[in-house]
Amino acid sequence: MIGKFFKQLTDKPWLPPEQEVVAEINTGAVALAVPPARVALRLFLCVAFVLFSLFSVAYYVRMELDDWRPLAEPGLLWLNTAVILLSSVALQIARQAVQRGNTRTVSFTLTLGGLLTIAFLVGQYMTWGELRGAGYFAAGNPANAFYYLLTAVHGLHLLGGLVVWARTVKRMWQGAEPYQIRLSIELCTTYWHFLALVWLGIFWILIST
Amino acid sequence: MVFAIALIILIIGSVAFHFLSPWYLTPLASNWDTIDYTIDITFWVTGIVFVAINGFLAWCVYKYRYKEGRKADYEPENKKLEVWLTAITAVGVAAMLAPGLFVWGQFVQVPEDAWEMEVVGQQWHWTYRFPGADGQLGAASPEFMSEDNPFGINPDDPAGQDDKLIYDPVVHIPSGKPMHALLRAKDVLHNFTVPQFRVKMDLVPGLVTYVWLTPTVNGTYDILCEELCGVGHYTMRGRITVEDQADFDVWLAQQPTFADTQAELPGDPIAGQASYAVCAACHGFQGEGNVAMNGPKLTGQSAWYLERQLKAYKRGHRGTHAQDTYGQQMAPMVATLIDEQSINNVVAYIRSLPDEPPQHTVQGDVANGAELAEGCVVCHGDAGEGRHYTNAPRYAGMSDWYLVRQLKNFQSGVRGTHPEDKYGEQMGFMSKQLYGDDAINDVVAYINTL
Amino acid sequence: MAYVAIADQDEPLHDPQSFIEKYIWSQDHKVIAIQYGITAIGVGLVALVLSGLMRLQLGFPDQFSFIDPSSYYQFITMHGMIMVIYLLTALFLGGFGNYLIPLMLGTRDMVFPYMNMLSFWAYFLSVIILLASFFVPAGPTGAGWTLYPPQAILPGTPGVDWGIILMLASLAVFIVAFTMGGLNYITTALQARCRGMTLMRMPLSVWGIISATVLGLLAFPALLVSAIMMLLDKLIGTSFFMPALINLGETLEYNGGSPVLFQHLFWFFGHPEVYIVALPAFGIVSDLLSTHARKNIFGYRMMVWAIVAIGGLSFVVWAHHMYVSGMHPYFGFFFATTTLIIAVPTAIKVYNWVLTLWRGNIRLTTPMLFAIGFIFTFINGGLTGLFLGNVTVDLPLSDTYFVVAHFHMVMGVSPILVLFGAIYHWYPKMTGRLMDETLGKWHFWITFVGAYSVYYPMHYLGFLGLPRRYYAMGGAEFMPESAQSLNAGISVAALTLGVAQLIFLYNAIVSLKKGKPAGHNPWEATTLEWQTPDTPPHHGNWGDKLPVVHRWAYDYSVPGVEQDYIPQNVPRGENEQSGQT
Repeated sequence: MIGKFFKQLTDKPWLPPEQEVVAEINTGAVALAVPPARVALRLFLCVAFVLFSLFSVAYYVRMELDDWRPLAEPGLLWLNTAVILLSSVALQIARQAVQRGNTRTVSFTLTLGGLLTIAFLVGQYMTWGELRGAGYFAAGNPANAFYYLLTAVHGLHLLGGLVVWARTVKRMWQGAEPYQIRLSIELCTTYWHFLALVWLGIFWILIST
Repeated sequence: MVFAIALIILIIGSVAFHFLSPWYLTPLASNWDTIDYTIDITFWVTGIVFVAINGFLAWCVYKYRYKEGRKADYEPENKKLEVWLTAITAVGVAAMLAPGLFVWGQFVQVPEDAWEMEVVGQQWHWTYRFPGADGQLGAASPEFMSEDNPFGINPDDPAGQDDKLIYDPVVHIPSGKPMHALLRAKDVLHNFTVPQFRVKMDLVPGLVTYVWLTPTVNGTYDILCEELCGVGHYTMRGRITVEDQADFDVWLAQQPTFADTQAELPGDPIAGQASYAVCAACHGFQGEGNVAMNGPKLTGQSAWYLERQLKAYKRGHRGTHAQDTYGQQMAPMVATLIDEQSINNVVAYIRSLPDEPPQHTVQGDVANGAELAEGCVVCHGDAGEGRHYTNAPRYAGMSDWYLVRQLKNFQSGVRGTHPEDKYGEQMGFMSKQLYGDDAINDVVAYINTL
Repeated sequence: MAYVAIADQDEPLHDPQSFIEKYIWSQDHKVIAIQYGITAIGVGLVALVLSGLMRLQLGFPDQFSFIDPSSYYQFITMHGMIMVIYLLTALFLGGFGNYLIPLMLGTRDMVFPYMNMLSFWAYFLSVIILLASFFVPAGPTGAGWTLYPPQAILPGTPGVDWGIILMLASLAVFIVAFTMGGLNYITTALQARCRGMTLMRMPLSVWGIISATVLGLLAFPALLVSAIMMLLDKLIGTSFFMPALINLGETLEYNGGSPVLFQHLFWFFGHPEVYIVALPAFGIVSDLLSTHARKNIFGYRMMVWAIVAIGGLSFVVWAHHMYVSGMHPYFGFFFATTTLIIAVPTAIKVYNWVLTLWRGNIRLTTPMLFAIGFIFTFINGGLTGLFLGNVTVDLPLSDTYFVVAHFHMVMGVSPILVLFGAIYHWYPKMTGRLMDETLGKWHFWITFVGAYSVYYPMHYLGFLGLPRRYYAMGGAEFMPESAQSLNAGISVAALTLGVAQLIFLYNAIVSLKKGKPAGHNPWEATTLEWQTPDTPPHHGNWGDKLPVVHRWAYDYSVPGVEQDYIPQNVPRGENEQSGQT
């Protein structure tokens, strides 16, 4: 797609187009065969990726200054990581099931994926309590502040995803056919995979520093 | 047609403005003539481009103006022309960039034989520090900062003991020697700029930045803060005097070291009482002030402010203006205080006197005054109690008639216009916020309620 | 729903009848564009008044009791932020982006009309939050539009309690609004173009707008990150950007943070932001020049590549705003080099605009006057950029009036001239009536000459060394008395310029009812928006059938064809000799 994009940039548009282009134009195939919502989601993921990258850059720059005191990450994070990965897997199964039209599997895995995500968020919130209990307040040290900040921003993105997930589940319960919610499920799955990867990135940053 | 002529006029006008403008770079006073050369090169390159393209534009607008029935050319692109233009542009850009980078190389490389000094910025004052005989500046950090140690020098660092401290926006430096100025900020971003030196750099709290230059022309120049640092930004001025080494050495020798400031003996009120006899005639035996004699209340005023004013009179920074009748009376009185210790003594005595609230003599609209005073409290404190950090004296509970007179003096330039009196200059700026005598009365009436 | 913009016949568009659904909660891109436009111009007028107040103070210090230093710093902050973000960004992308993308690309609407509506209302909310800060205790923030910490969140700066919080909150909401709009614009341009509209057949306006949108989507997160972190520093006392410091004599709890880190994040957004404003102007002005010169845009491909190149390079030049910030001085070498490299594609664009006029048949209509005026001011502003980008020359000039003059010329005056040109140009499409040409010409001459006489001399105050953001100069010794006279003269010109904008407002309002009927295509332009069956276009834009595009957007004065323009949806004729070069 990107290669094609750059190839198009060398067109001389004032010349009569080549035959294959004319054919393409006549069949109306000029627009890409991807649903707009998927394109928009991909673009949004780029934006979110920039956002998290900039937070990470800020993290590493701030870490170099001398008052940085690494905090002891709660062990619960490992469990949470497993939970979010599982939710991603569940949604992946839902995606494959919806493509085959397997309503029961979709129903089960979609619900499971969302519940696991909620469990993840609760788990993340519990780590906050644990850290506060141990005296790691946000104002105390930038390492603590970044912990709260990164988990919160990541959590907010998941919450946004859960809104879409909830609407999809509602439609499913109201009896929507698999093909009607297929796009929503596919997009949710992409988004979840992305956020799971982002979490792995954040997790790695947290435990490695 | 009109448009083409207008464009030509603008081109000629712009070029003429450039050559005729009386407003241009101030005369250079440092080694950075290379910066001026780089500007000249940039001017020639951009000037030629400016005239050429806009001239061509004007010609096109004239030559190809609309004619019924004429047809424009059809030329989607012209590779050869575009490549040529790109190449010429690249050459022009390189011609400006190369000298720029070369000079920047000099700027980042501080000469080995440069001597060090430190410029410290704070809201909204400049202070300076010179290394003592050991040639080293002592360690400093905000944790050590206090009213007695405004530079935050680590008292345990032996290198800091002999550092010369200039707690005043006015400073001197020797000419002809490369100077490595270390820049430090206590609170927010500032920027150390002397237009005649060409170079500048931000002061960043938490960092020590630097700038280097060799002053080449003796004289006195303005120091400006050029990074927005809060509401008093525009009043954050200093003054730098470039002079021969010998003169500089004499000046520096008069400045206190850090050890001096820490070891300073507290004033002796008993000794001060004797000196105060002269003061009592006008300021009252209890320092309560006497409006008939034009002597303001002294008690309750902070020691550092009294000391600073006595020294200002002594050095002629105050009380020398031709229209400052009362200040002129004060100047010979201060002469009776022969040295720093006697100043400290008399201040100590004044501090020992009871602080009785004075009589109110000024009437005004208190509510309006409260609004006007919003500009004052930033430096003088919410209750007008005075704040050493911002070098702002107490005004609450002081002689109100005196406040009115001084505000008028600041406004009219009777006070605060001596070139060495940077604190006074600052108050001069601020006093201009009170428009008319009513406003002054209102704000003082409000102060009376504090 | 999503495919509606592509297909000829699909489920009918959401077609509201009640007034509220049609004009308030509208999902029609044309209505949303006008909502964006009116809101942006409204808030822009506030910023214009603020600049008038600033000029009063600078030209005639100590004369106006209602402008104290606090208000002055609040004025400069709000003026800058409103103009850059809430006027220019919103009007170019939210306004013209919304209006032009679907019409120029032959779609019925944006691909996500509902999200488009949300985008506008979120933007509207951000404007309300911003303006609300005028009414909170102590007023809006006076930290300067760059909002540098530590100063921005410490006492000693106006509006430190509420103003700064509202400012950061408003920016966050704006970024959300922009992201919703931006995803829409790009997805529409990628997915919903009508048949025949290949990428290289798109008008440069669209190229400029969508490139700017891409920049915005990638750059605004940096502003969001810095805003969130500064908000936390302010509200819960973290030390992301705050080092150990003394605030007006008090030792605060902060420790170890880096103010320079904020500047890096801010300018990583802030520099692309310059091009978020400039690229749509570049694109739109190209179309104005080509249409009114009756000649194809010179070097179309080079123009597209230059837009893409400038957009890409704009992410690696940010620290040229920070040469004297105390960052590592070696960065200066890198950023001076990248900055001057960006001058090359920019210069190519200028050459191509002028070469478009060359051998053209120039109709000096009002939009064309503004477009040519833009070339002149942009050349001036671009060239002074070479002073500031070149790290050494920046040393004496940074933080002086030279900077103020430069950025106003290049991203104030120039884009605004394009905006005016664009409004005169597309007003007949939006309303069906032309704006008055005589008033338009008066408006142009006063604006063009006025703006130039405000900002050209200002550079010389900068050479002299006058610092920017000074409430009053007082009696600085290096400054001759005449400099204050020049400042007063600039103020007179600026105030005249400001008042003259009433001519434009009057013209825009009166022409709504009294303007000459425009017909479908008053400028005889080739691009699709002029080929709609109705003017102003109805809901759905194209009637029953979507247009099909047969040629690029610049077939003016094609050899062998009588008429001096061929609309994009006209099939290739036999006599055409356009394929010669």
